[in-house]
Amino acid sequence: MKVIVCIKQVPDTVEVKIDPETNTLIREGVSSIINPFDMYAIEEAVKLKEKFGLETIVLTMGPPQAGSALREALSLGMDKAIHLCDRAFAGSDTWVTSFILAKAIEKINNFDLVICGKQASDGDTAQVGPGIAAHLNLPQATYVRRIDTVHFDTTPKVMVVERLLEEGYELLELSLPAVITVVKEINEPRLPSLRGKMKARGADIPLWTNRDLDMEEEKIGLSGSPTQVIKIFTPPHKEGGKVFQGDPVDTVDKLMEEIKDLIH
Amino acid sequence: MSGIKIIKDKCVGCGLCIKACPLEAIVLVDKVAVIDLDKCNLCSGCVGSCKFNAIHIFRQSKPRDDISNYKGIWVFAEARDEVISSVVFELLGKARKLAAELDTYVGAVLLGCGVSGSLQELIHRGADKVFFIDSPALKHYIAENYTKSIVKLVNKYKPEIILAGATTTGRSLVSRIAVNLHTGLTADCTGLDIDKEKKILIQTRPAFGGNIMAQIISPNFRPQMATVRHKVMPEAEAELSRKGEIIKETFDEDEEDKRIKFLDFIKETISTVNLAEADIIVSGGRGLGEGSNFKIIEELASSLGAAVGSSRAAVDSGWIPYSHQVGQTGRTVCPKMYVACGISGQIQHLVGMQSSKTIIAINKDPDAPIFKVADYGIVGDLFKIVPLLTKKLKETLRR
Repeated sequence: MKVIVCIKQVPDTVEVKIDPETNTLIREGVSSIINPFDMYAIEEAVKLKEKFGLETIVLTMGPPQAGSALREALSLGMDKAIHLCDRAFAGSDTWVTSFILAKAIEKINNFDLVICGKQASDGDTAQVGPGIAAHLNLPQATYVRRIDTVHFDTTPKVMVVERLLEEGYELLELSLPAVITVVKEINEPRLPSLRGKMKARGADIPLWTNRDLDMEEEKIGLSGSPTQVIKIFTPPHKEGGKVFQGDPVDTVDKLMEEIKDLIH
Repeated sequence: MSGIKIIKDKCVGCGLCIKACPLEAIVLVDKVAVIDLDKCNLCSGCVGSCKFNAIHIFRQSKPRDDISNYKGIWVFAEARDEVISSVVFELLGKARKLAAELDTYVGAVLLGCGVSGSLQELIHRGADKVFFIDSPALKHYIAENYTKSIVKLVNKYKPEIILAGATTTGRSLVSRIAVNLHTGLTADCTGLDIDKEKKILIQTRPAFGGNIMAQIISPNFRPQMATVRHKVMPEAEAELSRKGEIIKETFDEDEEDKRIKFLDFIKETISTVNLAEADIIVSGGRGLGEGSNFKIIEELASSLGAAVGSSRAAVDSGWIPYSHQVGQTGRTVCPKMYVACGISGQIQHLVGMQSSKTIIAINKDPDAPIFKVADYGIVGDLFKIVPLLTKKLKETLRR
């Protein structure tokens, strides 16, 4: 029994700053982290491993430097890591990214569950998780806030999950294998253990290139991506607002005067 | 094979592209930018940063030969318990404008069981055609069955654009549809326009929590698909005299995906207003000191008819359920008015709410970062300010 977690290395947004002169994003020297939502995916996989003795595999697609994200995942308790890394993957949009990840998951084979974070903090699309499910033709549950029950002894294996919606949550029963994406509420990620860190440092992380996955080059990367970015710009900066200070009654009156046309 | 190159004659060595690169893949060598292809992921962030058009991204992709057959702009009519989500009316309003530019029709797609009461409403709100499938298998949203239904409709009627709300349902559903149709999908758009010359959809969306904006097209694939953020576009007004066509299709019950079952829906919010649909959100944070103090936030919210939000700190302290959390690890919201009470405004919170139309901040610390994004702010004790504001609003609005 196997659970696969897909992660993405993203810039640490806490450090993202706007250059006041050019009004562009300064990303120079920004450190990279595992996408915050993927931390919950990793933790959930490790919890399943502790409970059911599953094998846990962490997967990422990205440039060579993304290997450090995989090492961090190993230090948090994942058993194995695989790095999908090839120039031919560069420029992939969400369609192609989910396609490549699905191909790798197929190659790993014999898995019960794929877990992703609900979305990445840089792109914010939330499209890759369900995209993987669609490519693999598997049932999906997005925005999972809790795994209620798992039955690995039935045929098929099933699990019941709580899916967070705008106004509450729904209970879904999924036959495994399936793909879920998780939200923050699902758990509290642990810190890496010293033993985990040692293990991660020495771990052998296989690099899979397109030679391993054997996809037509025109279907992947920038060429294969249906969407094209034509322009990136910084939104107009908000001018400093009006801030009132002093006597509470007075400040509230001033605020009311400003917003009276906005409320009715 | 695609790639990227620097046109050496145009590069002046200004280094702007180095700042724009998220992957530190560009360096200057002899006053000319050089891209390390092992690091670059062709994100194209540098292309727009170059004032001299010295960076060229090239791709090899050709249009599918049949894209000219695709006509019409469709809106996915998301509904729960026979009530159409308000984002659908926002989309219909936008779809009408786009349809006028492309000289085509607006279609709405309604799936469900016993929801036929909503058909006329969709026509009144701007749909020329409503594609409707009524089946017990579609009573609850199940991504797999909804995908099959819509893929079948698209293959039969070939719309050129499909829009859905960027809701938990919309985002999960259309991601699956786009993969099955092998077409482009852009998430969480805040702007949609037509390129008049090429007759294609230009999709504008925020990334990095609204710190940057990107414009995206899918010129060679159809339909062009996008999810659209709530509350950004005005709702289409209902015109009771509008007429339209209702096209009924069926769901083949043998095709029902039995691998996933809907068991139950549990409503769970402390306010009656849904965060994503709210015109006004009042949020509380660490400054409240303890959970029971959230009641002053709830009172202010109810005086405004607003939803209640919170910062991560308040959720982590167990003061309010996670479903109310606004910010990077919670929800991204874009209401007409956002009132932040006792929230300092860490970047993780700001990225979830800074696109709100009007931001009001109440905080005792004049240096709190929340004041940098606020249109109006009050520096002071929220336990005095918030009840006073509630009282004033009640008098004004008579709630």
